[in-house]
Amino acid sequence: MDLTLKVWRQDGPNTPGEFKEYEANGISEDSSFLEMLDVVNENLIKAGDIPIAFDHDCREGICGMCGVMINGHPHGDQKGTATCQLHMRKFSDGDRIVIEPWRAKGMPIIKDLVVDRSALDRVIEAGGYISVNTGGTPDANLIPVPKAAADAAMDAAACIGCAACIAACPNSAGQLFTAAKLAHLNLLPQGQPERYRRTVAMVDKMEEFFGSCTNHAECEQACPKSISISTIAMMNRDYIVAKFKDRRKAGQT
Amino acid sequence: MTTLDAKIPEGPIQEQWTNHRFDINLVNPSNKRKYEIIIIGTGLAGASAAATLGELGYNVTVFTFHDSPRRAHSIAAQGGINAAKNYPNDGDSVFRLFYDTVKGGDYRSREANVYRLAEVSNEIIDQCAAQGVPFAREYGGLLDNRSFGGAQVSRTFYARGQTGQQLLLGAYQALARQIALGTVKLYNRTEMLDVVVHDGHAAGVVVRDMVTGEISSHSAHAVVLATGGYSNVFYLSTNAMACNVTAVWRAHRNGAFFANPSYTQIHPTCIPVHDEFQSKLTLMSESLRNDGRIWVPKDPEDIRQANQIPEEERDYYLERIYPAFGNLVPRDVASRAAMRMIDQDRGVGPLKNGVYLDFADAINRLGKDVIEARYGNLFEMYERITDEDPYEVPMRIYPAPHYTMGGLWVDYNLMTNVPGLYAIGEANFSDHGANRLGASALMQGLADGYFVLPYTIADYLADWLNAPTVPTDDGAFQQAEAAVKDRLEKLLSINGNRTVDSFHRELGNIMIDKCGLARSREGLEEALDAIPKLRMEFWQTVKVPGTNATYNPELSKAARVADFLELAELMCRDALEREESCGGHFRIEHQTEEGEAKRDDVGQAHVSAWEWNGYGEPATHHKEPLAFEYVKLAQRSYK
Repeated sequence: MDLTLKVWRQDGPNTPGEFKEYEANGISEDSSFLEMLDVVNENLIKAGDIPIAFDHDCREGICGMCGVMINGHPHGDQKGTATCQLHMRKFSDGDRIVIEPWRAKGMPIIKDLVVDRSALDRVIEAGGYISVNTGGTPDANLIPVPKAAADAAMDAAACIGCAACIAACPNSAGQLFTAAKLAHLNLLPQGQPERYRRTVAMVDKMEEFFGSCTNHAECEQACPKSISISTIAMMNRDYIVAKFKDRRKAGQT
Repeated sequence: MTTLDAKIPEGPIQEQWTNHRFDINLVNPSNKRKYEIIIIGTGLAGASAAATLGELGYNVTVFTFHDSPRRAHSIAAQGGINAAKNYPNDGDSVFRLFYDTVKGGDYRSREANVYRLAEVSNEIIDQCAAQGVPFAREYGGLLDNRSFGGAQVSRTFYARGQTGQQLLLGAYQALARQIALGTVKLYNRTEMLDVVVHDGHAAGVVVRDMVTGEISSHSAHAVVLATGGYSNVFYLSTNAMACNVTAVWRAHRNGAFFANPSYTQIHPTCIPVHDEFQSKLTLMSESLRNDGRIWVPKDPEDIRQANQIPEEERDYYLERIYPAFGNLVPRDVASRAAMRMIDQDRGVGPLKNGVYLDFADAINRLGKDVIEARYGNLFEMYERITDEDPYEVPMRIYPAPHYTMGGLWVDYNLMTNVPGLYAIGEANFSDHGANRLGASALMQGLADGYFVLPYTIADYLADWLNAPTVPTDDGAFQQAEAAVKDRLEKLLSINGNRTVDSFHRELGNIMIDKCGLARSREGLEEALDAIPKLRMEFWQTVKVPGTNATYNPELSKAARVADFLELAELMCRDALEREESCGGHFRIEHQTEEGEAKRDDVGQAHVSAWEWNGYGEPATHHKEPLAFEYVKLAQRSYK
């Protein structure tokens, strides 16, 4: 199939960017979206141009490294699919595809389609863990975890940290990413001792980088792992409880 | 040639690790903060080691070329992690896990290391459960297990089809906690381009900031490489695009011996190649073989759709040839059997390059819901890539390069032959012999990082109490930095007419053809002739666009492919000199009448460790003899 690409090109964080058009001809329908970009890049290199920089790694939809806006949708408009798992058979011959980087103040552009997502690491560092040191832990079966809790925790833990939720949000809010990690840990018995402390620390850190949630729910639509915005409700509840009743001190659940 | 000493502790195997921990030097808690440790890589091994060493009080600096530690390729491991908990009460034990792993590795691993691995396996599960890894549970709230290849017990713990992701997030979160506490300093988007050895000891590394291109030196009392495997030498593999051998290869060039480079694993259940533009291969977890049945049509001419081929005209060849283990034979055995079917022209799919993995029986027996709960995400991934629904039609699978058992030679303390330089996880050679069993990579990565290295590194560090690190303006660092810069400049200045990928693809074709699933003297000799020529062409005609001053992924890729072009030659040389078949190394000259691997336990029961002698010079072959006192050597039989 033959396609026309309109791609955002930007040399560095402090240089102005612009859209440029490229032809992508003879693309196989069985190729992934990123393999299509590989073909374009190989041709650019041969022609003496600079290839389009984009982040990618596992190409199995699990590492969370890839992600671009495709025709205005993070990872394209196929539900529950990361950019690397999007295949060209979802497009038609002659299509014109607009490709842009994630755009949010908390995620500055490094080059072309590559952005700096280290703010997400800062949010995890603020409290996205259970404080246990290596060794001396009790037998794994000593703490039974209800299957429903383990399953719900796993649903939230499936987050790949790609930041599509933030790119999708008109406010560039980081709620779904933060809430997914909080739900994973706060739903498990092991996560209870730090539940309220963790919630406040992560939410406060998140707000240093990202906007506010006004319930657009675009994030849920964009999430390649289909993580539910009900996690945000849980986060908000825990945050309120922590702030107003100050259960952080008691470590109560 | 010298004989290598692995420093295996004295005494019965069951007591070696306990005694060793008592015998080695310790560093007292208040002295730990006087030490600097550098760790390269943040996968399961690197992240768990960094977190644990940070908790203990060492000053740790971690480098990753990813944007975040959580991206490391451990995240893609699907099926599970083994441990000898014996929760299902089906006869498992530390000794059985040890025995299965040595046997699965076709008797080419070091007994003492494997026993220790089995011993600490249970602690790993405890640790991960305490961290909040959402393992699969039974309704009573206790942990669930499933079966994996090469074992007759259910000892595999899992988190849906995303076990690697969840274990890595556990280790990443432990690491994040230490970063917040200030015990660990993280450099992201930074690649290691050289190891610096000073006065015979590892003194630090030279790294490159991939965003700015800045080259800098970092010194430490010890350097730990946790940089994974080198399957991307085959171009198409299940590894992530950025996986590379550079850190390990640079260590090798600085004196570290490279062990068993030819031991590579071809995984039987990958999605077949569709066309020439394909950039990587996607694995379908081995756990699928619990419920899926593998078959091909009996008649090579049979071109009907799978569902239209009646039961009696199908050949469930694994169940036929290996009735005891059936579809759960180890990976090397399953891959070779699939390859034989495809070679007999009985392959399926448009390119006749796959075999069926069929869930129809399991869906009839258990219901679609159960299958979806077990493998839903894998089925979805398959559907995305192939546009076929595996609930309705059988999956098509194909053997593809996946894991590398070879790696830097390490002793029992996980230290390479260069004092102060350690290798952990897939980057070392130690525990899987000539073939790794499923769900054992996660176990080994975390064993090394959480429970082995943090103890054994103290034995080395204790001798360096109050010793300063080598300053980065020392000649050794300056020379290394200059060499790194020269090499990058050279790559940028060639400005030829071939892309990096075109060289990588050509190298991959040579390697999969001559040094893949089946190897022959003739083929390996051809490869040894072709690879240096390709390497020479690379250095004359490669085209690397851009500069070093901005983010330039093509430059990183070029430097990595240049290293693969050197490694490939060593792999073929190792494969040529190992005159036997064992595990993933199958020499067609050495097979039984039934086509199974034929080992030579008299002449080849050793680890081959190769010493770098300079560019273009043949490497020196060293050996570590392998003694088997607890496991009885036998031809592996899964019949």
